[in-house]
Amino acid sequence: MRQSIDRREFLKLAGLGGVVFASGLAGARFAGAAEGDFYFVQLSDTHWGFNGPVVNPDAGGTLPKAVAAVNSLEVEPDFIVFTGDLTHTTDDPKERRRRLAEFRDIVKDLKNKNVRFMPGEHDAALDNGQAWKEFFGASYYSFDHKGVHFIAIDNVSDPAARIGGEQLAWLKSNLEKQAADARIVVFTHRPLFDLYPQWDWATRDGAQAIDLLMPHKNVTVFYGHIHQEHHQMTGHIAHHSAKSLIFPLPAPGSQPKREPIRWDPAQPYRGLGFRGVDAEVKKAEYEITEYPVKRA
Amino acid sequence: MNSQRRRVLVAGVADVAFGARAFAQPKERVIRVTARKWVFLPREIRLKKGVPVVLEFVTADVVMGFNAPDFNVRADIIPGKVSRLRLVPDKTGTFVFLCDIFCGDGHEGMSGQIHVVA
Repeated sequence: MRQSIDRREFLKLAGLGGVVFASGLAGARFAGAAEGDFYFVQLSDTHWGFNGPVVNPDAGGTLPKAVAAVNSLEVEPDFIVFTGDLTHTTDDPKERRRRLAEFRDIVKDLKNKNVRFMPGEHDAALDNGQAWKEFFGASYYSFDHKGVHFIAIDNVSDPAARIGGEQLAWLKSNLEKQAADARIVVFTHRPLFDLYPQWDWATRDGAQAIDLLMPHKNVTVFYGHIHQEHHQMTGHIAHHSAKSLIFPLPAPGSQPKREPIRWDPAQPYRGLGFRGVDAEVKKAEYEITEYPVKRA
Repeated sequence: MNSQRRRVLVAGVADVAFGARAFAQPKERVIRVTARKWVFLPREIRLKKGVPVVLEFVTADVVMGFNAPDFNVRADIIPGKVSRLRLVPDKTGTFVFLCDIFCGDGHEGMSGQIHVVA
């Protein structure tokens, strides 16, 4: 089963192992947090090295501003995750490494040092993740945090957008160690489901990963790639895409071509941002708070 | 029956058989599509609903992909090889095709359109 749902409809899922959306107002965080709850921050699609003044005249300043915004959050997150496309693609391997190094140096300014990284196809597809791994290590992994099992899936290092048999076998083995009611959060770059294959918004063997996740009752997926918020269910699994930190893209299929939305001087940084995710572990609920790059 | 006449009859049967086969399976139209960094040529493919075509793909650059999601068909395009894909359009309209193998700087703009008429 697959359903596309809007933000308002999604509110109805609160209490069903889904997500509650917050207003984005600072200070509300953790108002009703129970012991053991925590929150993390997701940033995505920073595309360091992108050059396109029409869609972002502050391409070199947006990431540092986002780092400053994360550092200014009232409550420090437990950890921070970047869900891919840290850098903008280049055919030049030396330039790719230069961009990865610059990105790494900028995010060193994050106060919270518990930072997890994932590749996007712009970082990894042209060399099967080789350069990205030199800087950030394994491209797929899992870790546990305060009762939640986190799994990072790499669906970009294969230029054909496949997770691949080896990684799927690893995922199967990893999930077999989890109870059916375990709290599981998955990070990916591309959507695991066929969101809009006409714009390459899919993972070729993503359905196999979803099949592996399906027996688990409490699974939520956070991903990037499409440069906008999007919320969709595949069965009982919720999938939430994040905004970009370079340029927004149009809603899936809303226009003939997948072209970046132009910068609006009257509303700079519109459509860009990052999110905080409050994990209410006992309820297996996740409260998403969207933050702008710059606060008004 | 002498051998001369036997040869004529055999040839006649063979011609009829070939003719029947040719009638049942007319030669399908072949459209050659060249993929290069970062464009498909032609960018637009015009087809008729229900009429089969064979798409032939070549590239001299790097591995690329052809994907027409609305028809659930795709092919790898490999340098030095000819890939073929048979397509029978089952609906009219304009549909996107795209490269689905990340192939470089301009990959994300590498797409085209299939126009299918009745």
